[in-house]
Amino acid sequence: MMNKTHSTSRFSAVGAFFQGLGSSAARGCRKFFSNGKTIAGFAILAFFVLVAVFGPLIFPYDPDTDMASAYLMPSWEHPFGTDWLGRDVFRQVIAGTGSVLEIAFYSAVFTVVLGTVLGIVSGYLGGWVDKVIMAVTNIFLSIPSFPIYLLLAAIVTINTPVSLSVIISIWSWAGLCRAVRVQIMSLKERDFIQICSVMHMSKAHIIFKELLPNVFSYIAINFVMAMRNAIMASVGIMLVGLAAYDPTNWGAIINAARTKGLMNVKNIYILLYPLLCIVVFQISTLLLANGLDETLNPRLKVM
Amino acid sequence: MQTHTDHIALFSHVSIDYPLKKYTLRAVTDVTFALKRGAVTALVGESGSGKTTIASSLIRCISEPGRVAEGDITFYGSGGEETRLDLLSDKEMRAFRWRKVSMVFQAAQSALNPVLTVREQFSETLEAHGEKLAKEEREARFSDLLDYVKLDAERVLSSYPHELSGGMKQRVMIAFALLLDPELIILDEPTTALDVITQNYIFTLLKKINREKGISMLLMTHDISVVAKFADYVGVMYGGRLMEYGDVRTVFHRREHPYTAGLIGATPSIVGDISQMKPIEGSPPDLLDLPKGCVFAPRCPKCRPVCLTEEPPMREFEDGSMGKCYFYREGDHADTAG
Amino acid sequence: MQTRQDDIRAETPLMRLENINMVFRKPGALFADRDIHVLKDISLEIGEREIVALVGESGCGKTTLGKIVTGLYRPTSGDVYFEGERVSGVFDKKLSSYNQVQFIQQDSYAALNPVRTIYQSLYAPIKTHHRKWKRAQIDERIEELMGLIGLLPSSQFLGKYPHQLSGGQRQRILMARAISLDPKLIVADEPVSMIDVSLRLSLLNLMKELNEKLGMSFVYISHDLSTTRYIAHSGRVAVMYLGQIVEVGKIGDVISSPRHPYTRALLQAVPIPDPDFKGNDELPLKSMQLGSLENRGEGCAFFDRCLYSREACKQKFGSVLTETAEVLCCNLGQVPSEPVFEKIDRTEENV
Repeated sequence: MMNKTHSTSRFSAVGAFFQGLGSSAARGCRKFFSNGKTIAGFAILAFFVLVAVFGPLIFPYDPDTDMASAYLMPSWEHPFGTDWLGRDVFRQVIAGTGSVLEIAFYSAVFTVVLGTVLGIVSGYLGGWVDKVIMAVTNIFLSIPSFPIYLLLAAIVTINTPVSLSVIISIWSWAGLCRAVRVQIMSLKERDFIQICSVMHMSKAHIIFKELLPNVFSYIAINFVMAMRNAIMASVGIMLVGLAAYDPTNWGAIINAARTKGLMNVKNIYILLYPLLCIVVFQISTLLLANGLDETLNPRLKVM
Repeated sequence: MQTHTDHIALFSHVSIDYPLKKYTLRAVTDVTFALKRGAVTALVGESGSGKTTIASSLIRCISEPGRVAEGDITFYGSGGEETRLDLLSDKEMRAFRWRKVSMVFQAAQSALNPVLTVREQFSETLEAHGEKLAKEEREARFSDLLDYVKLDAERVLSSYPHELSGGMKQRVMIAFALLLDPELIILDEPTTALDVITQNYIFTLLKKINREKGISMLLMTHDISVVAKFADYVGVMYGGRLMEYGDVRTVFHRREHPYTAGLIGATPSIVGDISQMKPIEGSPPDLLDLPKGCVFAPRCPKCRPVCLTEEPPMREFEDGSMGKCYFYREGDHADTAG
Repeated sequence: MQTRQDDIRAETPLMRLENINMVFRKPGALFADRDIHVLKDISLEIGEREIVALVGESGCGKTTLGKIVTGLYRPTSGDVYFEGERVSGVFDKKLSSYNQVQFIQQDSYAALNPVRTIYQSLYAPIKTHHRKWKRAQIDERIEELMGLIGLLPSSQFLGKYPHQLSGGQRQRILMARAISLDPKLIVADEPVSMIDVSLRLSLLNLMKELNEKLGMSFVYISHDLSTTRYIAHSGRVAVMYLGQIVEVGKIGDVISSPRHPYTRALLQAVPIPDPDFKGNDELPLKSMQLGSLENRGEGCAFFDRCLYSREACKQKFGSVLTETAEVLCCNLGQVPSEPVFEKIDRTEENV
């Protein structure tokens, strides 16, 4: 590592690509697989993605009801058994993976983009811009999120992963925004940013090329955490039946199992499978977040 | 062979290792020297030279995971008792530390607990060492010590560390080191963060303690000017080796060890000729990739083929000084070790 | 070594500071904000190709003054003139189009963006100021800079991140970055205080070389008179105490015959790398306590610590021109004028 030198002094187009944000991403990728937790978390996540993409092709889900085969116990034909309408739970779970991942991904993207952009603008520009953004942030932080999810879900029709994600992320960017703002404010006072003013670099250069790469690792970790939160929130919303646009969503399955389970105790085991999936998914995001934190966070770095 | 009563501590062929994940880093290699009783001995060297590591080994304060791999460290108490410091159990070491040997750390601010007043920290240390004193007696001792370092005892005792200036904190640390009447005080760059005027003041104070109380001192520093001003004996460290050791005037006047000479020649002064100054070429050694022969050879102006293949032995001279180089001028300093 | 086309303005100094005051407001308890007078009535000129050193204890305002020279701070009152024209800080058009004042900071690690390579850190400023330059042209310039600062082959360093270089190498990179825009003046804030002793001298030599070869003026800020004497041996030194310049003159004169009582104390405190200079340990000072920057009256700031102060010093003070220096003390008649270091080199007799 120490003796690694660049074979060329002339940086070509590839080098240019890695400038700025790219460079820290490239560095992150190199370090990425040096941590066991990261690898484990990433592997599980990759498995879910594979299931979401190829699962429905191999095990297509048949939404038709077949009352004759309702409440079957797990078997080779129906590994997770069937529900009260005779639908295969295994295939249901697989079919739901995609939308769960979509919700997680979109929410995380919305949260991170909103939180980071507002946090950087607020922290770097300061003054009245900062005051306005912080006022809005504080409003979002002080109102409890879950009742609002419920309220919004009741008013707006939520029928796509994207719309659900928007609702979830509206209530989750504020915390990240504050954290990024604080980081930017302390970075702004650092010598290497001060020297940029002495050298008359543009604000855009300072924000995108100097500041952003420094909070990149923080953002990456928060992206994973935002995914985790989004799953929790979406399952919660599904669980109380407020956005049952998709009966295959894990939350919706749990909800169905719960409500129908009250009528037929045999059915209650169906809860287990989606629940297990959620737990495994949560574990993978936690592992990934912890692993990234260990490799990227300078405070934990032991050399 | 000198009698041990002249010495307060003896390092004999001490090597200190840091076992890391993939390899072991040897921070100090085969260092032998004695600390003279009642004198100020300075260890001078740049970062990574091993001076802090070897000094910390006296009170087993080497930063983790360092440990003494080879050699003996012996402490000779004023009552004639001998203690093998490397053989003490942790419990025995805790009893020994601060009572016999105390230390003034480089960063006074981080060595003091920010949420305790100076009085509380002093009392805590007394209690930890089983000193049971009446309240008045204790107070009297604290104020005596603080008076001694020229601090306003009443104000300072009830202050928290952040209420004191850098120079005051360092003086509190010195009083703290004197708390149990030790025989030896280790000073780890005690004035690095301080201004020249405060630095001068601290060293004047330390010298007074050394002369009046007869406490021996081991000073670690990177600044050869401080050595010249304050120390009686000096050991020059480089790449984990003791390169030269002796009386300050002998070492400064002889200027024969190429590293010592280079260091003196590269230190600007406010008196004398500065046109003759020359930097030491090259860069400090990488402890993980040390050269085969003499560790200084790659930067040495006197380097000859033999220096590149075999490490020079430590030579002892008649005047009691030692040096690790093949090329001391013959005759001037008769070579007793051969 | 191009001659600049301003012989007409040969009389005008490169930079002139006039009556600079800097006051920071420290928030206190409810309405009790306190004013911290960090700099008081500073006037200083920096000539072309000159090295001016600012020396003093921490808290004397030398770094603040350095930041005013670079334009990072705007003084509370007073004027800064660059080549005879009044300028007002970093975002001033006159300065920004030329980038004529650059800054080298003390902590070389903090001064480089930890997630950008050395190449990126050197490339960006050049690109910003030479928009039309092609990559190859900029690469050539970087290569030239790396040669100037003595880090060759450059490919060994350019691809690295700051933490992969040693302190000395990083400090050299800072110099390369500072000279990359061809400034006329470089402010260097304690550039060698965090560098190993054996490497300090080569960095100082490099700065001297830049001064001589490229004709750049330097403001060298330090608390260490020994390195100051080395780098500015032909330049001037301004000794600062509590936000004021108490003595300014040719460095040789100030060191050989210091006039202000504070300068004398400061000089005497400097350790000399020669055991024969044991010197007098008692400094000519009344107290160790640095004065306060708050609520400054009209009197002399050094009053409380000065051995030669009279009642009158409490009311007013002014500067005096001696043959060699400008000294801020009105009781100079009482201050001894013999050199601080009477003990001449005894090395020869002792050997």
